[in-house]
Amino acid sequence: MKTKVRDVGDVRILDLEGKITIGAGDVELRQRIEESVGAGYNKILLNFGGVSHIDSSGIGELVGCYTTLSRRGGKMKLLNLTQKITDILHVTQLITVFDVYDAEPEALTSFNT
Amino acid sequence: MAVLYFARMTRAAQLQLLSLYENIELVERVLSEMCHSEQIAEETCYWVGMAVREALANAIKHGNKLNPDKRVFVEVRLDPQQELEVVIEDEGDGFNPEAVADPTDPSNLLRSSGRGVFYMRQFMDEVHFSPAEQGGTRLRLRKSLTTRRSE
Repeated sequence: MKTKVRDVGDVRILDLEGKITIGAGDVELRQRIEESVGAGYNKILLNFGGVSHIDSSGIGELVGCYTTLSRRGGKMKLLNLTQKITDILHVTQLITVFDVYDAEPEALTSFNT
Repeated sequence: MAVLYFARMTRAAQLQLLSLYENIELVERVLSEMCHSEQIAEETCYWVGMAVREALANAIKHGNKLNPDKRVFVEVRLDPQQELEVVIEDEGDGFNPEAVADPTDPSNLLRSSGRGVFYMRQFMDEVHFSPAEQGGTRLRLRKSLTTRRSE
């Protein structure tokens, strides 16, 4: 998995690309989020537009990071889910947990509402 | 490192893998090649691949406990009726699928693990665990392949 980091105001955006799977992208996802929190960002937007696969380990890291950030008073939201990633969040019923957006401006605005 | 036996004429592949996560990619490539050569629907290839990823991850992590000296045995078979069967065996201590909690239960929704078997059951028609001859776990995944890729 490759990650591009962007900051828009007080929101850290992680543009994710590739596979978030066991032994590869799952740990990297957690590290990128931990780095963001360590840098003082507690509003994190994960852009899934370039993510082709997420396995149960990747989902586990996503949930773990969401929970950790929420406990610290932070927010993590998801952007540009592909149909397949959306399907996975539906079958796991995690679609009810995450805030999901199709447009970046709308997602950014939502952090301040 | 993996040892690969690939029999094109029978649309079957047998692999012996060391317990390394990178070998999951190898199996997925073999599976993908077989599915594409038989013009299996792209969606079906994708979801079967996801289920097989989970099965291999379980065998490597929970079965063989990441011991690189222990092997994972994989057999992929496309039969004439276009049914895809994948059998995966590990050299671990066995596995009881009944002990896995429902990850969609509201009390488990935010757990960071325990979704692998659920993934497999969502994406395959049949998921069957049994003891392997050598003492580990034998997992048989089956998918009926009735939809061909439209060209």
